[in-house]
Amino acid sequence: MEDSIVELKDVWFAYNGQTVLEEVSLDIRQGDFIAMIGPNGGGKTTLLKLMLGLLKPDRGSIRVLGDSTEKASYHIGYVSQDVHINRSFPITAVDVVLMGKLEPSKRWGRSSPQNRQEALAALERMEVNAFADRKIGELSGGQRQRVFIARALVTQPKLLLLDEPTASIDAKGQAEFYRTLKALNKDITILVVSHDLVAISTYVKSVACVNKQLHYHHQAEITGEMLEEMYPCTDEEVCPVELIAHGLPHRVLKHHQD
Amino acid sequence: MLEALQYEFMRNALAAGLLASVICGIMGTLVVVNRIVFLSGGIAHAAYGGIGLSFFFGWPYLVGTLGFSFTAAMVMAAVSLKAKHRADTIIGVIWATGMACGIILLDLTPGYNVDLMSYLFGSILTVPGSDLWIMLVVGVLIAGFVIWFYQDLLAISYDEEFARIRGVPIRALYFGLIGMLAVTIVMVIQVVGLILVIALLTIPPFIVEKYAKSLFQMMLGSSLLGAVFTISGLWLSYAFNLTSGASIILVAGFAFFLYYFVDRLIMGRRRHSKSVRTANRQHSTRA
Repeated sequence: MEDSIVELKDVWFAYNGQTVLEEVSLDIRQGDFIAMIGPNGGGKTTLLKLMLGLLKPDRGSIRVLGDSTEKASYHIGYVSQDVHINRSFPITAVDVVLMGKLEPSKRWGRSSPQNRQEALAALERMEVNAFADRKIGELSGGQRQRVFIARALVTQPKLLLLDEPTASIDAKGQAEFYRTLKALNKDITILVVSHDLVAISTYVKSVACVNKQLHYHHQAEITGEMLEEMYPCTDEEVCPVELIAHGLPHRVLKHHQD
Repeated sequence: MLEALQYEFMRNALAAGLLASVICGIMGTLVVVNRIVFLSGGIAHAAYGGIGLSFFFGWPYLVGTLGFSFTAAMVMAAVSLKAKHRADTIIGVIWATGMACGIILLDLTPGYNVDLMSYLFGSILTVPGSDLWIMLVVGVLIAGFVIWFYQDLLAISYDEEFARIRGVPIRALYFGLIGMLAVTIVMVIQVVGLILVIALLTIPPFIVEKYAKSLFQMMLGSSLLGAVFTISGLWLSYAFNLTSGASIILVAGFAFFLYYFVDRLIMGRRRHSKSVRTANRQHSTRA
């Protein structure tokens, strides 16, 4: 139950000489449900891409299931931030999910009825099976999001990484969405990048704050002071607005009870 | 049209046009969904450099053009993989210099006065039977490549990042795709000319894209539509004694604008009726 799925040790990363991440260490254990928060440009997406092996760290090590990222990153299901990608592309929802069954070493038998059944089951699990044969561009942002998660699910991932999955879902849909994720969390470890701490607070088991550095809080508990620390108010002054707008009291996350 | 088919050159022209339609329908689909129309234009124009080389050194036409275009295409592919945001500029440079090289080399070739116009619009009415066979072989090769790598090509075209995580060899496939594109363009230019290649690569896939539910359907639809354009263009050129390549292109262009206009009209009406409906609903709820 407590096996390590992804282990980052003293990871550093810079884009064009600008340090994005420094001294990041994180141990994602099986069964966890992590919310990753932090300001824009704080390095959240970069961190996900490092775990996936899409980027290479300048320093430090990243192990996925005890292996290198090249070898093991396909155990990670990734749902990117951009659900509007290629909207006019001629592809149906179920074919998008079938993409998750892609195994370059296996040329034949990919479009087997079995795979299709699996894809349909994943769509059903995400409650979008009614749109299976619709073109992906005809779905709403939220429905597309669920299709992409279904695609990640058919890869039978040990870990699910979701990059701001609720950006294109309205408030009512968000609660429903997080309930779905919570149900998935019974089998799969989940890490969600989110801006909206309030919405996600009751569902997660732990919080990772990323702003160049990473702070991991095992208890789903975060204080107002901590938020201030993570959203340093520089000349842009966006953070206080966000804090007030969200009406955050000193403690924004309830203790996790389960 | 049927009486025209008693001439061998018309039969050959028709066969060449249909083969070009199918080849361009398949590759054009990949060009449009991968947004590499500009790169295709670059390859097509850089091919001039190859034509110049062939004449200057007295090489067979295919060796020079194919070699030159293929090399240029690989450079473009490497650039667009490495520095995506700079790729269009560099493609533009290769496009222009390749073309200029070709023309200067032709100038320097003694005794030759090649009509470059024929490379623009091709000479579909003078296609020899041997060229048809070469096109057929290229067509089969391309179909084989696309069938074998269909799922992988689909994945890298739709979502490159996801394909990479799934372990699809992106770089190799991309170079393969561009290489195939270079071969396609050079072969088809020889028959139907540079302009028609670009037209057949882009217009049918663009029209079909909206109605297709898969890449395969898009390829099939584009091939059929290209064939319709080719046949009607050839018939027009025969009936009214017009340049055949340009006739085909004009038919395609006309279909494109007609489609665009009608599509806009339908979309506009749908949006209009939708807003009327919501307005009515708001009105009734308020009442």
